[in-house]
Amino acid sequence: MNRLVLNKIVMILSTISAFIGLGFLFWILITLSYKGIASIHLSTFTKDLVEGGIRNLLVGQFTMALIATVIAVPLGVLAGIYLREYGHGSKFASVTRTLSDVMTSAPSIVIGVFVFALMVDPVGSFNGWAGIVALAIMMIPIIIGTTDNMLALVPQELREAGIALGGSKHKIIVQIVLKAAKVGVTTGILLSFARIIGETAPLLFTSANNQFFTMDLSDQFPSLTVSIYNLATYPDAESRELAWAASFILTMIVLLINLLGRYFTRNKH
Amino acid sequence: MESNELQKVMDVKDFSFTYPGAPEPTLKANNLPIYKNKITALIGPSGCGKSTLLRAMNRIHDLYPGFKYEGKIDLLNQDSGKMENILKLQKENELIGLRQRIGMIFQKPTPFPMSIYDNVAYGLRLQGIKNKSELDGMVEKALKDGAIWKEAKDRLKESAMGLSGGQQQRLCIARSVALKPEILLFDEPTSALDPISTGAIEELLTELKKDITIAIVTHNMQQASRLSDYTTFMYLGDIIEFDKTENIFLNPAEKLTEDYITGRFG
Amino acid sequence: MGGQLFKNFSFLSATLAFFMLVGIFSVLFNLAQESLYTFGFDFLYTEIWEPGEDDEGGIFGGYIPVVGTLLSTLIAMILATPIAMGIAIFLTEIAPDKIVKPFGVAIELLAAIPSIIYGMWGLFYFAPIVQSIFGGNGVGLLTAGIVLAIMVIPFMAAITRDSMNTTPDVLKESAYAIGATKFEVIKDVVMPYSKGGIIGSIILSLGRALGETMAVAFLIGSVMSIPNKITDPTTSIPVLLANNFAEAQDLELSSMYYLALILFVVSFSVIALAKFYFLGRKKH
Repeated sequence: MNRLVLNKIVMILSTISAFIGLGFLFWILITLSYKGIASIHLSTFTKDLVEGGIRNLLVGQFTMALIATVIAVPLGVLAGIYLREYGHGSKFASVTRTLSDVMTSAPSIVIGVFVFALMVDPVGSFNGWAGIVALAIMMIPIIIGTTDNMLALVPQELREAGIALGGSKHKIIVQIVLKAAKVGVTTGILLSFARIIGETAPLLFTSANNQFFTMDLSDQFPSLTVSIYNLATYPDAESRELAWAASFILTMIVLLINLLGRYFTRNKH
Repeated sequence: MESNELQKVMDVKDFSFTYPGAPEPTLKANNLPIYKNKITALIGPSGCGKSTLLRAMNRIHDLYPGFKYEGKIDLLNQDSGKMENILKLQKENELIGLRQRIGMIFQKPTPFPMSIYDNVAYGLRLQGIKNKSELDGMVEKALKDGAIWKEAKDRLKESAMGLSGGQQQRLCIARSVALKPEILLFDEPTSALDPISTGAIEELLTELKKDITIAIVTHNMQQASRLSDYTTFMYLGDIIEFDKTENIFLNPAEKLTEDYITGRFG
Repeated sequence: MGGQLFKNFSFLSATLAFFMLVGIFSVLFNLAQESLYTFGFDFLYTEIWEPGEDDEGGIFGGYIPVVGTLLSTLIAMILATPIAMGIAIFLTEIAPDKIVKPFGVAIELLAAIPSIIYGMWGLFYFAPIVQSIFGGNGVGLLTAGIVLAIMVIPFMAAITRDSMNTTPDVLKESAYAIGATKFEVIKDVVMPYSKGGIIGSIILSLGRALGETMAVAFLIGSVMSIPNKITDPTTSIPVLLANNFAEAQDLELSSMYYLALILFVVSFSVIALAKFYFLGRKKH
């Protein structure tokens, strides 16, 4: 009798936990939507921060994230290819794989401090390039990991069939193996993009923030996330409102990209 | 009228093979002739080394470094008439050249993630053939030779992944045949297929041997006796017996062979 | 040949992970020199953080931020672990198939929400609730710890769930066949089988929580003092860096690098330890 009661208790507690988790998700999303939607006006999108809008912030955040992606993707994918296709089984590959995995969980603020020392201090001012590099440093290990794992799912026979036709190794990797893993690798890139577009800490002292619209990456660069941090601490109501609007929009963007990524992989068996 | 001249196109001589890190060789001093335009079957219980031997013939073991070769595998050079040891080939372009002369079909169908047309054209494009009308012609011929032209001709641009298992395997055969190889190696090509597809492929093999020499590994004895002209029985890395198929199945010389054929083991 | 070039580029890219790690460590270590020499290991016990006159010299000690980091992480782990385990059990053993998929997506969305959003929501919605129940100012160690737990839960739940799913069905079926209850199957078959992965997920989550910045920055109070009550405000290494790094100079700046170095080394060690548990699991 005791066993059955214990079982029931554990099952109920587990179910409660699951609904607690779900509950927080809805609580956060509902709060965000409620405060956020009320704070959005047309001017939110057409004006820059200096005038109470977030236009320059959206452009700035996306610009940095996109350029970081352009840097991180070739490096990350090539590294993943090396780990799985050339170095497979070697000590170098397993050590690198571990190091890369560790880097994916490394504190983002430390990366910000690192890039500050490298690219801000010597130059004397915050700049957009430093922010981009910090974001790229966060992206690369994630892409290495997903590329490595997706390539591993490609059956070995496919590689052998390519070789058997007289293909050279690098052609087979690019034309057959990578192609077969195309969906998974792209999703990995998409999800890492969603991750870095919501980051604040690596930008705090690299690209900092800019109230004005600018595309000059050698200067302080506008950031949606850093702005939220600043605005939330101002005492006036307009700043608070803008912070909510920005938070809501940021969250929607991040969740949308995530759902997009999951949608792409839903057909994979 | 029938020229019954037996010509050796490949000759395995005292060939031993050790897998990377293995304490002992998997193949022990194998000797095996492969005759032109004949089907040679390799049979034996699991682990006897038949696939290992087959895979040595197109040097696909090279993908997994650390192995050891001993002995020779001679391949007939069509132009000079001389036998050349393919185990001596080192450079990548030499190995590529070898694999364009000796093709391989695997147990699981391996269509590439591209269209049917691109699959068949893949090997041709690797060879540098770019002219579209030339490719079109070669692709069509290959698909016909692979007995899949009728099913494919209206879907050439569609993904090969949409074909059934049996169709995919015939596509893989067409893909290899497109390169006009001298020898085709089949590693249990029908074990993953249903009986009807199996029948279609067996028919195809019998057609193909008119122009191509075939070596086939199979664990299905009935298939070996149906299809092949010559059969070799292997056990624990040794070649126990090699003879014309009728002799192997009706009148085996070795007791071990007889025990395997009659189902006493394996 | 194109092939060799491709291979070389891939190799160089692969060495990046190593160089980034080594690079970060050496830069931090280098720039922490001044503070390292001046304070040595006493830095870890000193409670004072005071710039000297004219911004020169001063006494800096990392005790408070270190303690704040550890305490907030501890609170988070104590709260998060049972709930994350519960969610994992729910997803793998209780939920009917139709619910598992959307539920799993919901948990992953929770994990995808940026840290700063947790900060916003935590500050304006959650902190007042904590204040009304426990007293204090709303912002403090407890609030930060709880919100940190909420952030860690989906991460831990997802990894634990994946680990538990590796248990072969036949193993579970054999246990059921002897008449075990669901809980007993989980306790005696699934958990032992996925032990490495579960422990790994807990340690990995701990590593993540240590480095959390933005949410904690909103909620911990950012006050350089040891909390006497659990609701008191304090600070943590990431928060101190986030707030004060940009303006620091000379010895104070060097002390910041010292703190960053400590955080980096500790996180790295914890995460590497987690990997060790994961790899141990793969050997089975």
